Amino acid sequence: MLNDSLKQLAKRLAGKEVSSVELTAEFLGRINQLNPAYNAFITVDAEKSLEQARAADRKIAAGEAGPLTGIPIAQKDIFCTQGWLTTCGSRMLSNFVSPYDAGVIERFNAAGAVNAGKTNMDEFAMGSSNENSFYGPVRNPWDINAVPGGSSGGSACAVAARMTPAATGTDTGGSIRQPAALCGISGIKPTYGTVSRYGMIAFASSLDQGGPMAKSAEDLALMLNVMTGFDARDSTSLQREAEDYARDLEKPLAGLRIGLPQEYFAEGMHADVARAIEQALDEFRRLGAEMREVSLPNSPLSIPVYYVLAPAEASSNLSRFDGVRYGYRAESYQDLQDMYRKTRAEGFGTEVKRRILIGTYVLSHGYYDAYYIQAQKVRRLIAQDFTRAFTQCDVIMGPTAPSVAFDLGEKSSDPVQMYLSDIYTSAASLAGLPGMSIPVGFGEKNRPVGLHIIGNYFAEARMLNAAYQYQQATDWHRRMPDV
Amino acid sequence: MQWEIVIGLEIHAQLSTQSKIFSGASIAYGAMPNTQACIVDLALPGVLPVLNQGAVERAVKFGLAIGAKINSPSIFARKNYFYPDLPKGYQISQYEFPIVEGGNIRIQTGETEKDIRLTRAHLEEDAGKSLHEDFHGMSGIDLNRAGTPLLEIVSEPDMRSSAEAVAYAKILHALVRWIGICDGNMQEGSFRCDANVSVRPHGSEAFGKRCEIKNLNSFRFLEKAIEFEAERQIEILEDGGSVRQETRLYDANKGETRTMRSKEDANDYRYFPDPDLLPVEIKPDWIARLQETLPELPQARRERYVSDFGLSAYDASVLTGSRELSEYFEATVKQLPAQAKLCANWIMGEISARLNKTDMDIAACPVAPEALAALLSRIDDGTISGKAAKTVFDGLWQGEMDQQVDAIIDAKGLKQISDDSAIEQQVDAALAANAQLVADFRGGKEKAFNALVGKVMKATQGKANPAQVNAALRKKLSGQ
Repeated sequence: MLNDSLKQLAKRLAGKEVSSVELTAEFLGRINQLNPAYNAFITVDAEKSLEQARAADRKIAAGEAGPLTGIPIAQKDIFCTQGWLTTCGSRMLSNFVSPYDAGVIERFNAAGAVNAGKTNMDEFAMGSSNENSFYGPVRNPWDINAVPGGSSGGSACAVAARMTPAATGTDTGGSIRQPAALCGISGIKPTYGTVSRYGMIAFASSLDQGGPMAKSAEDLALMLNVMTGFDARDSTSLQREAEDYARDLEKPLAGLRIGLPQEYFAEGMHADVARAIEQALDEFRRLGAEMREVSLPNSPLSIPVYYVLAPAEASSNLSRFDGVRYGYRAESYQDLQDMYRKTRAEGFGTEVKRRILIGTYVLSHGYYDAYYIQAQKVRRLIAQDFTRAFTQCDVIMGPTAPSVAFDLGEKSSDPVQMYLSDIYTSAASLAGLPGMSIPVGFGEKNRPVGLHIIGNYFAEARMLNAAYQYQQATDWHRRMPDV
Repeated sequence: MQWEIVIGLEIHAQLSTQSKIFSGASIAYGAMPNTQACIVDLALPGVLPVLNQGAVERAVKFGLAIGAKINSPSIFARKNYFYPDLPKGYQISQYEFPIVEGGNIRIQTGETEKDIRLTRAHLEEDAGKSLHEDFHGMSGIDLNRAGTPLLEIVSEPDMRSSAEAVAYAKILHALVRWIGICDGNMQEGSFRCDANVSVRPHGSEAFGKRCEIKNLNSFRFLEKAIEFEAERQIEILEDGGSVRQETRLYDANKGETRTMRSKEDANDYRYFPDPDLLPVEIKPDWIARLQETLPELPQARRERYVSDFGLSAYDASVLTGSRELSEYFEATVKQLPAQAKLCANWIMGEISARLNKTDMDIAACPVAPEALAALLSRIDDGTISGKAAKTVFDGLWQGEMDQQVDAIIDAKGLKQISDDSAIEQQVDAALAANAQLVADFRGGKEKAFNALVGKVMKATQGKANPAQVNAALRKKLSGQ
């Protein structure tokens, strides 16, 4: 059952082979067993989860079950969840029990899904290794000495170790795709505006996008069907007709044009990753796809652009954490300024402070034009590169990350090296394009390699189709780590 | 040296929407602290702003009313600073691309008219309130006001005296109420002024260093603060000193301004476009629909009152001081189109005086415009004298006789004697009884004539038509 797809689990539930309470208890048991070593969850609340499972069982009995009813789904601790501690991986929110549900949580609740717990993450989603969590690092299930990636490292780990059938993540510059790659699972960041940001604690508003993390493309499609949709409470939410993301899964890939950006297959990609990617592309060729060389000339600028814009927005978004109304407040202070200073000095971790400083600097009088405005201009150029490329191909493929998972502590003292983990993923974020990662083999030390698929705006169904067909022909996505 | 005062005003008009500019919470005044602050106003983690369309519409209406450019797209920006009553750590405002740009407003001081140019008007949210009393060394925060929609209206430095500044503020105050975008309640902070004041030698082109004075919540304070501030700056300059650019606070109790913060302490607000809000597109057809909802504007009315009714510019501007007053005048003059000046005089005189005395608003005036018009038409057709009309007016004010003018006139016996023969009789009697006055008049004493008129009026208890009495007396005395 642990390796079952969402569809298989739904079938078992529908056939009364297992109840949601039993299923939930099964996964909670596995969390209990594995979490002490892997630290994938910040909050587990068996009673709350089981209560939802009981409600789901009633729904199933009444014949009102949807595709996810009764299935445990782990929620990244960035989604405000009513009655649950919602920390965002930060000391700053270490006492924050949300009085409301995020749009995404409402949708899972309405679908009858069971909240399996709140997953660990880099503090305020800032990080690529999950070492920036106030609640300690998450471990990679394929190698306990390796990082799981970040910032959705807890969700990636939980799915990879089969502590949950599926999970949510959020992606600002690669935070779904990079941990999915490093943990050998599937993850998709849909087109910006597709998943409501209401109740999703903001890191960089113009880039943040929620998305699912699961074992397969098929599961991602079912998750997206629940997670997406217009939300009037988020002004950047797109008003579009609902779509079934699974509708094209079975389409053959003959004639699919795959764009290979020369910039992604240049120096920087490790040889073991390159090998796995080449093999995956060969598999796509066998499935009937055609390869096209494309160019994204401005994509090498995506990391510097990202590290101007994301911290700029973050520096402002995180101003509300001031110790006045909720969250952490320093214990003793002289006056208001002192309260602010101490609260924020003690409440935020090093990486968050670094980004607040960068962001404050680039927005400052006299630097704004040179950094922020310039970065916005390059951001447009990066998006135009993709628009041009998509006249020649249907999807773009390349590596999700330049290397397999690195060791804990390996890059934590070198922020720039850490930032380069997102070198392939941040361009799609800046353009607002959908991107996904699927497991395509193993590299050094038997650590997973992820293939990055970027689609045009709203091309999620096409991307999922490509990924699904590949997963029908291979079994990398079914491999389980020995935990 | 002769000094010239230069003034520009920044006015915050609270928009009369039901809910806040970025959340659904009510903006009603006077609720218990923090009972009108929803999770968006509290800036909980994860919440997002959603723009109130009503606020945008009110801003556009204002732009149209002053002949300004409506920017589309217009962009919301974050103004970043820390303060306990600013929950997000930034205020959502507009920086580049304010919704309204340019436009102008005509003011009048004495008989002089002048156009004041506006720089811009932009939408923004209000902050909450910090309460420093009653908490024993702590501060209380009330976030009811946080997120209240404001239109910040910025003028060019076009005013040259406190009188012009007050005239501008009053015209603007009347205008925002006139077009129904702001209730204008200054006590409740719905209309707040900040003044930028500088002085320069007369004839000089260059502006002097300016000070911004905050917290001017009445026209009187605005006037006093500007006068105090200009004096202060002139004194410094005449003593050979230089004015420091700073923000000053007006202390109404002491009637003086004092330093709040200097330019050196000014925040770097790190404005940048708010990524949570899309640029606001205001399509021409939307603007056209809003244009249609605008009533005739005060300036147009003023011009019409002068050209169509022959009123003085002063009368026209008093009568358009508020939409309610103007509507009252319109309704009155509609019944009596040929006597606009008479209507104006009565509204600005008798009615205004009564309202002032009883501290009432024109909207609550017990005398309906139709009743006033009926009364004035009785003056016009000679039924009653102007003096008797005041007695009738008293009756109308008290609600006597169902406010039927003719019934009151009858009941009080105020009808004028306009019958020629009756008047002639009275004149004859007066002439007969006052031979000395007649002799005086014939001897060249014009005063005696007036005395004779008085005798007739007295004999008729003031009811004789004075014009007719005059004519009859002249006729008799000239020996015809």
